[in-house]
Amino acid sequence: MFNLATLRALAAGDRQADRVVPPTGFTAQLTLFVSGAMAFLAVFALALSLASGRLADRWGDELARTATIRIVAPEDQRALQTTAALEVLSTTPGIAAARALSDEEQQALLAPWFGQDLPLDTLPVPRLIEIETTGQGFDPTSLRLRLAAEVPGAVLDDHGRWRAPLVSAAHRLRLLGWAVALLIIGAVAAMVTLAANAALAANAQVIAVLRLVGATDSYIANAFVRRFTIRALAGSAVGVVVGLLAVWLMPSGGDTPGFLTGLGFQGAGWLVPLLLPLICGAVALFATAYAARRALRTLT
Amino acid sequence: MIELENVAYSYGGGELLSDISVKLAPGSFHFLTGPSGAGKTTFLKLCYGALLPTAGHVRLFDRDVRSLERDDVAKVRRRVGVVHQDVQFLDHLAVADNIALPLTVSGRQAQAMAGNDLTELMTWVGLTNRADALPPELSGGERQRAALARAVIVSPDVVLADEPTGNVDWDMSQRLLTLLVELNKMGKTVLIATHDLSLIRAAKAQVQARVLRISNRRVQLAGADL
Repeated sequence: MFNLATLRALAAGDRQADRVVPPTGFTAQLTLFVSGAMAFLAVFALALSLASGRLADRWGDELARTATIRIVAPEDQRALQTTAALEVLSTTPGIAAARALSDEEQQALLAPWFGQDLPLDTLPVPRLIEIETTGQGFDPTSLRLRLAAEVPGAVLDDHGRWRAPLVSAAHRLRLLGWAVALLIIGAVAAMVTLAANAALAANAQVIAVLRLVGATDSYIANAFVRRFTIRALAGSAVGVVVGLLAVWLMPSGGDTPGFLTGLGFQGAGWLVPLLLPLICGAVALFATAYAARRALRTLT
Repeated sequence: MIELENVAYSYGGGELLSDISVKLAPGSFHFLTGPSGAGKTTFLKLCYGALLPTAGHVRLFDRDVRSLERDDVAKVRRRVGVVHQDVQFLDHLAVADNIALPLTVSGRQAQAMAGNDLTELMTWVGLTNRADALPPELSGGERQRAALARAVIVSPDVVLADEPTGNVDWDMSQRLLTLLVELNKMGKTVLIATHDLSLIRAAKAQVQARVLRISNRRVQLAGADL
């Protein structure tokens, strides 16, 4: 569709050639608005995707490095079995640290459900042991076998059962964000193609005059392509700036970040939306070129 | 230069032109006459590649028109200046810009910007004071003169004019004719399609012109009755 010379000519611009197409029109505002609105939405889709990615990584990393043992035993054996479990853990390869939670810590864990005044000592609440693994991790199957033999009341929970669907959901959400961004770009292409078709049809007389005086199809097409590319670039640049401002102004979760309050960009992630105007411009360039070549083949 | 050999052109199931063989030699001056609807405009369009013949061959500058790519047709049109009866301009551009349009589209920006040829040409067609006007502000005669200026600004080898005096009074038609005769004296090939026999008679006093007449779908050389 394009060779290097055409692209160079497009980039360099041609003020005289740009003037041959009437400067105003409904399609001009339409392209600007659609590009701006779509870029704005694409910023949020990217924010969603990147935030989901971070969440998946965090959940994956944090949960993969920890495990829990519950000691479910009669009260008089609970301390004994806890000590035995800690001894087993201290000799298990792949475990960096293990410690039993204190009553206060267990109470704090249950507080959201039962309140602060829960009489823990009167309830058969199992003792929890928190495990931190080394980088290599441990072998849960052999640990379970050892615990079953030496600490009958110990139940190992390596978090795998509920970690997998959470991480999988976060990964899906990240894919969904990218899919939405791609759909938005596709919608920009469709809308620019429609607008370019409308502009070409509305300028049939201009095209007839240009052909009569010896303009080549590529000259005519480039005049339209430049115009729509610049409009898409400008519209999407405004949309991205407004979108970034909106994301930046979203409330932060502070010390207790949640998914919604964590929606946004971090570090170099802020640079990703800056690619959107370039992508929109490129999409407009190819969409208009396609529409123009198609229309010029049919217009005689 | 432009050669039609056994050309036929059909439109809407009927044959409009049949078995036409005409050669426009360099520097020649031709009139094409015939009643309205006889096919004068179609003949002209065949001469600059706007239409393809349904039979026979049209050669533009020694190349068969059927072998021309779209860009080749565009380049041929830079060598053929065309003036239509219903002249069309880019209405958002000033008259001077419209006249310079063939230079602009052929990449001769510098020549268009320098403006020497343009100024000279606008003086020649008497439109100097209308340079900044928009085309809708022009009278019929001014539009015809602007179209003629636009047709010749790239110094084409051939000028084709379709009823160039159709919308103007007698005095203006004489001025336009004089301009076309001057172009012919500069070595350009000129073909004027007209049903105005008085214009042909007036031209014959100024230039040696051949008159072609379309009759019964064929083109014949007209006799001395004109």
